[in-house]
Amino acid sequence: MRDIKITRRGVLKGATALTAVTVFAEPIRAQAPAAAAITPELIAAAKKEGKLSFYTAMDLAFANRIGKTFQDKYGIAVRVERSGAERVFTRIGQEYTSNIRAVDVANTADAAHCIVWTKNGWLEPYMPEEVAKHYDKAYYDPNGLYITTRILVSPIAYNTNLVKKEDAPKSFKDLLDPKWSGKLVKAHPSYSGTIMNATFQIARDIGWSYFEQLAKQKVMQVQSATDTPKKIQLGERAVMVDGAGYLVIRYKEEGAPLEIVYPEEGTPLAQGPSVLFKAAPNPNAGKLFQNWMHTREAQQFLVDWARQYSAHGQTVEKPSVRPLRAIKLMKEDPEGVYKSADDIKKRYSAIFKV
Amino acid sequence: MTIAVPAQIAERRSLKIDFTWPVLITFALLLCVLVILPVTWLVIYSLSSVDEVTKAREFTLAHFANLFTDPEFVNPLITTLVVAVSSSTACCVIAAPMGWLVARTDLPYTRAIRALVTASFVTPPFLGAIAWEILAAPNSGLLNQLYRFVTGAEQGEYLFNIYSLPGLIFVIACYTFPYIFVLIANALDRIPGDLEDASAILGGKTWTTAWKVTIPLALPALLAGVLIAFLQAMILFGSPAILALPAGFHTMTTKIWSLFQYPPKPELAAAASLPLLVVTVLLLRGQAMILGRKGYSIVGGKGADPRLIKLGWFVVPAMGFVAIVLMMPVFLPYFALFNAAFSPIATTLLTPLNFTLHNLHFTFFELSSTQVALKNTFILGSLAATLGTVLALVISYITAREAVTGHRFLGFLATAPIAIPGIVLGVGLFLSYTRPPFVLYGTLWILLIAYITIELPAAYQQLQSAFRAVHSELEDASRILGATRLRTLRDVTAPLLRTSVIATWCFIFVSVIRELSAAIMLFTSETKVVSVLIFDLKESGDLGAIAVLGLSMLLLTFTVVILMNRIPGFGGTRLRNT
Repeated sequence: MRDIKITRRGVLKGATALTAVTVFAEPIRAQAPAAAAITPELIAAAKKEGKLSFYTAMDLAFANRIGKTFQDKYGIAVRVERSGAERVFTRIGQEYTSNIRAVDVANTADAAHCIVWTKNGWLEPYMPEEVAKHYDKAYYDPNGLYITTRILVSPIAYNTNLVKKEDAPKSFKDLLDPKWSGKLVKAHPSYSGTIMNATFQIARDIGWSYFEQLAKQKVMQVQSATDTPKKIQLGERAVMVDGAGYLVIRYKEEGAPLEIVYPEEGTPLAQGPSVLFKAAPNPNAGKLFQNWMHTREAQQFLVDWARQYSAHGQTVEKPSVRPLRAIKLMKEDPEGVYKSADDIKKRYSAIFKV
Repeated sequence: MTIAVPAQIAERRSLKIDFTWPVLITFALLLCVLVILPVTWLVIYSLSSVDEVTKAREFTLAHFANLFTDPEFVNPLITTLVVAVSSSTACCVIAAPMGWLVARTDLPYTRAIRALVTASFVTPPFLGAIAWEILAAPNSGLLNQLYRFVTGAEQGEYLFNIYSLPGLIFVIACYTFPYIFVLIANALDRIPGDLEDASAILGGKTWTTAWKVTIPLALPALLAGVLIAFLQAMILFGSPAILALPAGFHTMTTKIWSLFQYPPKPELAAAASLPLLVVTVLLLRGQAMILGRKGYSIVGGKGADPRLIKLGWFVVPAMGFVAIVLMMPVFLPYFALFNAAFSPIATTLLTPLNFTLHNLHFTFFELSSTQVALKNTFILGSLAATLGTVLALVISYITAREAVTGHRFLGFLATAPIAIPGIVLGVGLFLSYTRPPFVLYGTLWILLIAYITIELPAAYQQLQSAFRAVHSELEDASRILGATRLRTLRDVTAPLLRTSVIATWCFIFVSVIRELSAAIMLFTSETKVVSVLIFDLKESGDLGAIAVLGLSMLLLTFTVVILMNRIPGFGGTRLRNT
């Protein structure tokens, strides 16, 4: 817990064990790839391929928006395959074991996936120029196998039409109050990478007994971390236990009666890294996309439009989004998630029955 | 003339090879591969596990032991039975009187009623389930909002909770009652008027006749309908996935599906699939036994038209009943989808002020999966309908004309898939076609195979009864004049069967579009179909895009059905409620 309330960079430097894991996973480290710029040659080669497939766990609207922006800029059609990070992971695994090589670039919300893909030797090393220049080392693999595209938090949030500000929960423990019975909505760790990490962190810091008690509150169980904000926006449930904080902010700014709560125990944190696959059917388009997605231009778009946190040193924070350094965060541990993901899914479904 | 004809035959015979046998053998083999291969892999997987050290497959009963002792599986099994029994009973209570009203009384607008029942049949059940979420989610549902508005009830009070066992049963019943309705209405249509006349002559009053003659004659059809409704409820995947999971319970189909999530447990999934298969086979045997006795209902031969009972003042409550029933699967859900498609937030009532084309624009111009999914669905629908119809046509010809020895076996193979629930077939096909010699996973072929296999039994049964209606004399004449079987089939029989063939084609096309449970096991990112895309969007709660896609899907379905039935010379008669 030493990482709490220091600088934004510091938080994530400590929060990610990813770098260490890679060293551990690949004892004989290859020469780090040279930083690559977006050259006219790369663009020409990518245009020749003309298309690319991008598997991602980003929310549907933004995932398609970023694909469309890239398409408008370079004339390369992006097929966006959106699902929960755990589903994306299952899909890629299923496709690869059946010798289907369809994915070019994938963006997950569960850094533990990169550990598996690295071990399987599926990833192509590639280091975009701006990443080498402007990213803190905590946000990318030195071998260029993965780069943190976005940083996610999973706070509590509520519908202000249904809950008065003074009655609003302040912590995870508050949600165990009988008055919240039948009023909570929660996403699923077997679907969402954000929730997988959140479940790991809450179980570690507060204990599994928390979930056992929470399960008695007649929680509405949805799948996606991008669905819980929608359910409280509709007013279907008053409070979301977990989910995509950035969507709550986006909907709030669009006029929805929503308010975010960063719980006292700490807010779960998950990095969303992107990878380029070695067997990508459109390798050049894939490189161009992986490069462009981490430029200041695309990252600022991520901050401004999607209200997500960027790891790019030159992006300007959005005033309406509380900066990470001002939030008490739980500590991310991809290696821990990697080791216990199956167990988490099992225990979770035993407790919540689905 | 009498001399010339044999000479001509001799000449033709020498020039032409009769392709009949090769074709027949090919079709028999094809059927074996379609049906036997996936079931075999299911059985093998359910009875074996991979040894971690030697990587060899070893025999075990552990999966079944697990299945019948672990509450994780026993509970879904019990839930599934409860859902199937209750929803088929509910269907029966609603559809039987309605079928009788439409077929046997002077109720007005029966054509429109039958058309609306067809509409509820072609509506994908998962789409209906999502629409009912918009209507009857306890807090945001439109109907519950209306209830609170009218009664002034507190926030948090509600009339309906769709995320519950009764909610699930209700929604399933909404989309399975057409099966019972159609069987009952058709059976009642066929009961000759003479029998009722006899009753009347002997002094039976209208209601006595209905009670003592008409209803008993329709009973076999009713029982058959209940069995089908039971099966449908048992094997449905979409509705429980949408309504049961948020409420915190599983049915067998959702459990099987969850076993394929990472880390996948195909052996357990195979074992969990087999009880569904066994129950289906048993129930269908039961149905065959009941229907086997139906012969007495047509004793009257070509009888008089059925006598319509005069409803009198009772027409008002009868019409009200029918209207309420049709609200549930058609009017209310379609309204909910329309509302969600054009309103900024799915459960905010659409007004001229908040009308927006945002969802339409997003779905068709930003959502990159839309085009692929629509294209795949259309290709698969047309291909499966065409190939399935051809396959069913050939097999029903062989069995109806007893063209080859072993035709019974062919008939059995063509009917067998009816006993394989979609999700079970999905598991079986996944196990069969992710390994050599046929690596089809990731292509549209595996979905095509799944669709053809699933729809073959219904197509076969429709065309077989059509063949029985065409007398073989015409074909014999063609054969005597020297045509091969294939040529006879093409030039003589096929044109006579045109109407049935079109109906079968439409039936398969529509069924493919609404299929989810097999597709959900077999799709890859590039072979996604609309039903799977809608399910994906459902998981992330993107209701606006779902509504737009769902309405487009319905539009496509209705357009194809209407076009196929309107093209001059292509049919002319309307597609009945099948």
